[in-house]
Amino acid sequence: MKYLFLLHGSGEPMPEPGTPTFSEWVEKWSAATGKMAQAGVLIECSPVQAASASTTLRVRDGEVLLTDGPAAEIKEHFGGFSLVECADLDEALRWAATLPSATEGCVEIRPVVQVAAPG
Amino acid sequence: MTGPARLDSVLAEHWWAAVAAIARRTGDLEVAEDAVQEACAAAVVQWLGDESGSAGIPPNPRAWLITTAWHKAVDAMRRESRRVELEAETGFGHAVLARGDDTTEPHAESGSEASAWTASTGDDELALICACCHPALDLAARIALTLRCVVGLSTAEIAAAFVVPEPTIAQRIVRAKRKIRQAGIALTVPRPADLADRLGTVLRVAYLVFTQGHRAASGADLVRGDLCDRAVWLARQLAGALPGEPEVAGLLALLLLTDARRATRTGPDGALVLLADQDRGQWDQAKIIEGEALVTSALRQGRPGPYQLHAAIAACHSTAESGQATDWRQIAALYHELGRFEPTPVVMANHAVAVAMAEGPSAGLAMLDRLVDDGRLDRWPPLYVARAELLSRLDRCDEARAAYQAALAAELPAAERAFIGRRIAELTSS
Repeated sequence: MKYLFLLHGSGEPMPEPGTPTFSEWVEKWSAATGKMAQAGVLIECSPVQAASASTTLRVRDGEVLLTDGPAAEIKEHFGGFSLVECADLDEALRWAATLPSATEGCVEIRPVVQVAAPG
Repeated sequence: MTGPARLDSVLAEHWWAAVAAIARRTGDLEVAEDAVQEACAAAVVQWLGDESGSAGIPPNPRAWLITTAWHKAVDAMRRESRRVELEAETGFGHAVLARGDDTTEPHAESGSEASAWTASTGDDELALICACCHPALDLAARIALTLRCVVGLSTAEIAAAFVVPEPTIAQRIVRAKRKIRQAGIALTVPRPADLADRLGTVLRVAYLVFTQGHRAASGADLVRGDLCDRAVWLARQLAGALPGEPEVAGLLALLLLTDARRATRTGPDGALVLLADQDRGQWDQAKIIEGEALVTSALRQGRPGPYQLHAAIAACHSTAESGQATDWRQIAALYHELGRFEPTPVVMANHAVAVAMAEGPSAGLAMLDRLVDDGRLDRWPPLYVARAELLSRLDRCDEARAAYQAALAAELPAAERAFIGRRIAELTSS
């Protein structure tokens, strides 16, 4: 069994690197994810960009419809995820449009923040 | 033209190319726009060094601007990489560094001949406008971003055009640039398949730039010729890059045919002159001939669209020998066809006016009254002006005056406000 944890925060932005708050933030997350990694349960853990960087895609009658922003306030239910590596948003959109969810519901394309594992 | 005005026009002329060149080089639109803005500020200081104002402008201002902006961009990215190194020290990666490591300098020195680096190929500009018009951005954001990064309007000018507070526009632009970077919207020319999809939005934005120039949203300056020129130039670039797209040719035709009447749209005192009263001898025949030829050949491809139809309507006006000789039946038919693509109340209002001219004021007035009842054009002054014109032709002077008064309730350019004031005075004295 694999699980995707959807991590909801307070809405506060990530602390500015170099500040004491940032160091605390790193230590807190390293401690938690480090334990999960040691236990062998962690596959991937990264922050994503803010909802404002998100794009939501639907395919209706063969036409690709894009919305600027997250898949909020919709009837569709969250039912899975894919993690893809693409050159740019256009490539990501092309792949997203091929998924059944694009026709049946929608696909939210949320860019992942590239963060190297500590240590 | 005074020194500072000439300087502004030079900077406006090269803004798009400069932002596009730096954006391609850095892969970051935010860095590019900031850098070009700083370079423009430096130009104002350096080029205005003497009293004549123009003697200080270098022989190749584009190369100067791009070179200077590049130095500013490198400085900004160096500051950014120091921040990133700080992140790296704490064990965190540096996606940002990848875009800041190429600090090779372009070879164009100010005043010397431009190198290949600063010479424009057109691809950078097309790539930039495609990124600004990406469908993953809100439509309002696409328009604001294009006006800022491509056309070089200030946030204050864009805010005036949209009739929204300046901080709203500034925020919209910041957010759009951030989304382009964070979401990985490419600053390269899209694949041909994506380019075709992107076309509609790009054309719409180009059209809005022209209308912003043709009819300033508020204030005394009714026609901003430089904006019109830039929009025509923009449409011409797009038509050159995308031959065989009849709607692109249609847009260029529409802009040329409308722009051909620019000189006669306002009188010597800056007051608005109606189409019927304009001196047709003053219309730019070269633009009319080019525009008509473009729309005729575009429509011959058998793929009509809104820009081609708007252009065909403009051609009917521009090629008529007099106001009376205008083929209003043809124009009414074209508006009817246009309604299939744009079933909007504004198109219906124009259709009504054409019907009034072809069949008499009563037929048109009945159509306009239905639009007034519809309510969607409550805040659109031309509806009330059109209604007032038809009412006065039917000698219903009191109702005509009331309709003009209703038009004055909205924000209007000073020239249009003065025009309506004169009409009310005429109705009162008659």
